[in-house]
Amino acid sequence: MIKPERKKELFGHAENNFLNCTSGWKSWAFTLDHKRIGIMYLIGVTFALFLAGFFAIVLRTHLWTYNSTLLDNATYNQMFTLHGAVMVFAFIIPSVPAALGNIVLPMMLGAKDVAFPRLNLMSFYLWIAGTGFLFLAIINGGLDTGWTFYTPYSIETETGVIWATFGAFILGFSSIFTGLNFLVTVNTMRAPGQTWFKLPLFLWSLYATSIIQILATPVLGITLLLLIAERTMNIGIFDPAYGGDPVLFQHFFWFYSHPAVYIMILPAMGVISELISVYSQKRIFGYSFIAFSSVAIALLGFLVWGHHMFTSGQSMVVTLIFSAITFSVAIPSAVKVFNWLATMYKGSISLATPMCYALSFIFLFGIGGLTGLFLGALSTDIHLHDTYFVVAHFHFVMVGGTLTALLGGLYHWWPKIFGRMYNDFLGRVGCFLVFSGFNLTFFPQFVMGARGMPRRYASYDPEFQIFHQWSTIGAFVLGIGILLSFGVLAYAAYRGPKVGANPFKAASLEWQSSSPPDFHNFVHDPVMNDPYDFDAMVYDEELDTYIQREFADPDKVPPRKEPVHH
Amino acid sequence: MAVADTHSTDDHHDDHHHHDHGEFIAHHFDGGAEQQFDSGKLGIWLFLVTEVLFFSGLFVAYVLYRSLHPEIFEQAHVFLDKWLGGLNTVVLLFSSLTMAWAVRCSQLERNKAVSFFVLITMICAAMFLGVKAIEYSHKWDMGILVRSAFDFHEGHPEPQTAIGQSLHISDYLVYLSVIPTILLVGFAVASVAFKVMGNQHQYAFWGCMAITVGGYFLGVVGGHIYMDVTDGGVGGHAQNAPVVLYAQEAEQDDGPVTAPDGTVPHESPEPPAAEEGDDAEAGDEDEGHEDDGHSHEEGDAHSHAGDESHAEGDHAHDESHVHHGPDPTKFHRDVGVFFSIYYCMTGLHAIHIIAGIIALAWILWRSLLGHWRKDYFGPVEYVGLYWHLVDLIWIFLFPMLYLID
Amino acid sequence: MADNAHDHDHEHGIGHPAPVKLLLGVFFALIVLTILTVVTAGQFPKPFGLWIAMAFATAKAALVMLFFMHMFWDKPFNILAFMSSLLFVALFIGMTLMDSSHYKVDQDSFPRGEDPVPVTTTDSGG
Repeated sequence: MIKPERKKELFGHAENNFLNCTSGWKSWAFTLDHKRIGIMYLIGVTFALFLAGFFAIVLRTHLWTYNSTLLDNATYNQMFTLHGAVMVFAFIIPSVPAALGNIVLPMMLGAKDVAFPRLNLMSFYLWIAGTGFLFLAIINGGLDTGWTFYTPYSIETETGVIWATFGAFILGFSSIFTGLNFLVTVNTMRAPGQTWFKLPLFLWSLYATSIIQILATPVLGITLLLLIAERTMNIGIFDPAYGGDPVLFQHFFWFYSHPAVYIMILPAMGVISELISVYSQKRIFGYSFIAFSSVAIALLGFLVWGHHMFTSGQSMVVTLIFSAITFSVAIPSAVKVFNWLATMYKGSISLATPMCYALSFIFLFGIGGLTGLFLGALSTDIHLHDTYFVVAHFHFVMVGGTLTALLGGLYHWWPKIFGRMYNDFLGRVGCFLVFSGFNLTFFPQFVMGARGMPRRYASYDPEFQIFHQWSTIGAFVLGIGILLSFGVLAYAAYRGPKVGANPFKAASLEWQSSSPPDFHNFVHDPVMNDPYDFDAMVYDEELDTYIQREFADPDKVPPRKEPVHH
Repeated sequence: MAVADTHSTDDHHDDHHHHDHGEFIAHHFDGGAEQQFDSGKLGIWLFLVTEVLFFSGLFVAYVLYRSLHPEIFEQAHVFLDKWLGGLNTVVLLFSSLTMAWAVRCSQLERNKAVSFFVLITMICAAMFLGVKAIEYSHKWDMGILVRSAFDFHEGHPEPQTAIGQSLHISDYLVYLSVIPTILLVGFAVASVAFKVMGNQHQYAFWGCMAITVGGYFLGVVGGHIYMDVTDGGVGGHAQNAPVVLYAQEAEQDDGPVTAPDGTVPHESPEPPAAEEGDDAEAGDEDEGHEDDGHSHEEGDAHSHAGDESHAEGDHAHDESHVHHGPDPTKFHRDVGVFFSIYYCMTGLHAIHIIAGIIALAWILWRSLLGHWRKDYFGPVEYVGLYWHLVDLIWIFLFPMLYLID
Repeated sequence: MADNAHDHDHEHGIGHPAPVKLLLGVFFALIVLTILTVVTAGQFPKPFGLWIAMAFATAKAALVMLFFMHMFWDKPFNILAFMSSLLFVALFIGMTLMDSSHYKVDQDSFPRGEDPVPVTTTDSGG
């Protein structure tokens, strides 16, 4: 007789959940709950995305004509620098791991929280502080060095390099602490019975990401500190006017920043592994290959930084080594793509919004990855270096990869986070606009780049104008698509129809909690299962959701050990 | 790291008396004390990994410049006193011993002994900073600064001792000691005040903090006496070792030697450019005993680069008429880069020492409250690991900076 | 506070207290190594001096890590994690060093115009 209530409490739409268990701004500002911190991160990175996206729109508008006077040259330099710096440091790097990962990771482990909740909150406030310093850079003379802060120009320019580098320095520590937290959490907080090979692949990719964050980001810290010292005191380590070595700065910078590229893409790949499997309702193909390819990408990522410096004057031996290893990164990346495709083969594919994003990801990442080979090859890179080809390449990977994966992941886990369903039709419209707008923006840039259009120029040869105009139109479509996608999500969080624990018939642990989850994630002890065994899920008509077979009789559900409510 | 998993949820720890959920075991560790300890330990090890890589940038810069410009390092290292550096090494090693001992005591629940050993560790840390302050102020007196501000030459003015004139105390040392003095007074006052108020824990804690700051002055006094006794130390003052260096070079130069008082340093007629370059190499040959073979190899291996730098040297030499800088006939023009690296490395290390003292103070505070138990001593161990890493880095910095052949 | 809030059913605890004799022995060895390092500095032919000094430093570091940092008794994973950092430092130094001598010439011949004016001096006309 109490059965339905008990079942609803466990697997229904939870009226008493982490969102409303406490209220008031302090309950958010000082929360140690990983889900709330994740949501705050999400709001923050979305804000950074819109800011940097606004810069991008201004840039593209400026480039509508070949001799545009919308921006003067100095302002143009500042615009593309800030677009890059804010996007990279404040949006892409924290987007999937810190926002989505924070919410999902402990739940996938069946844990109550991350290992160090205070550190987690501190990471978030460091993110706030770092982004704040980037803003101060904008106020204090802007920044026109490019997001890479190359010396010696970054020593000479009058703009607010110190503010921006200090901001990036702090953001680096935010990233380090998040990575450290996740690594420890995955190592020590797994639910009983959850072995390494029962981890969802998203966790493997987050684990690999965390390795990079811990090993690479400190080098960024010391690089930026030395740059600040160089600017304030002329210590002569990077400044050739004082006997320094500007190429050394590039080594320092790319030792971090190339692995950082994998900080951006690896979590996205993890999200896609989940989406492809769930929306094909088929066990992921080649689980261990995908898992180990994440780690392989993380480690190989440390051996290729010199491919950013082929034209910097580095020695031929080093150049050859870096070029060769760069090609080898293609192997684990291709392993992943093949496995995703094989997963979909003969699956029962549902083209829900998250799956649309996942398919977009495979297409765009495929192009982005393959064009990377052109740039990794020494002879073609000499021609393509610093052209729009490079710009298009890394936008295909970063936007086509990370942004679509972020959106796909948000659509996938949104009903879990807020217990409410989005409008699937509008979600797919948004995905279509993002996909088509993105391709329209960046496909012409490949053509321009191959024809020799250099990047970072405020004016250009008239022959490129038609490509730039396509690109600009595409940028507006992409912008509208992103706005629509986030709008659909925001509306769903407040007004969407309520859903139960597992509307998508997914099998990983987080779907065993109510939606939205309890403050301690699970009211009951999560029952360990294979995260890709979709046959273990049965449909429950009362709740209109999927429930694990063992839980069909809720009396058998063991209560969580000592749930402590605040 | 340690911060995150300690003081568990103080407001509701009464709610659960599960046998392994002790007072300081955070609620989200279902696995209890052991899971919390293992998490913290892995966390701190990973933090140490980030620290190692943080310092790695400076090591790269060091290795790179040493391999490209060994002559800079040979010229510059005479300014570093290996006995002071050695003293600091011993002080840090001793602090590592007491730290390890403190961890042992915390594992055995001997909280008073933990307080004692942590206090010794803190005193040693402060003493290290005191010696460092002597070294820094002494170098600043001689104009030995980072590359752009490097201003050492024979005629460099005597140290400014306006404040501590009678004791030959450098003004820089006085400036450096302002904050420790304020802290010493503040801690002592706080300690006495809490004594009067009858708060034994606070009295003991602030008293220990005052004693810790006293360690800084112990280091300062010790270093200062050493400097006085050795007349500026082996790596010395303007009248000391660098003059020896000059004298050696001057003998081979056969040119007029500038007076050590050096009020008019650059009046001597300049030798022609090419000759000067040759002389410099000849000087190396005659001067180096066991160094002989090596400098030849060095010269051959980088002959092209060497020519370049001679050419540049002329240029810089012409400039030396108009500003005081390192005497280009005696020093490589970029000799200041060594000190840039030196200040970056030791400065960053000193910042880590200060952070370590703060972390140790937190441990001391909790030791005095008797927090450590057999199944809860993680914070002592974590801070200990951090402290040993700071020691490890110094173990490498010492030979790299002070013991250059 | 320390006595009543907890029931001692973990008699063995989770730590491994290092014996005092061992700690003192390690400290003694460290001091001996330090003295050896200082005394022998400059006593060896040029290329060896650096390596011998670094060997002493490495030996000292190993002692500190093994016994003071309890690596000797630690979980293999923690050791692996820490040691991996050294691997990456070696990678960083190695790759950068392979490159640096290549453009040293360009770096040394960088047209500096004039040697930059020191910050501290005021009488630099130029």
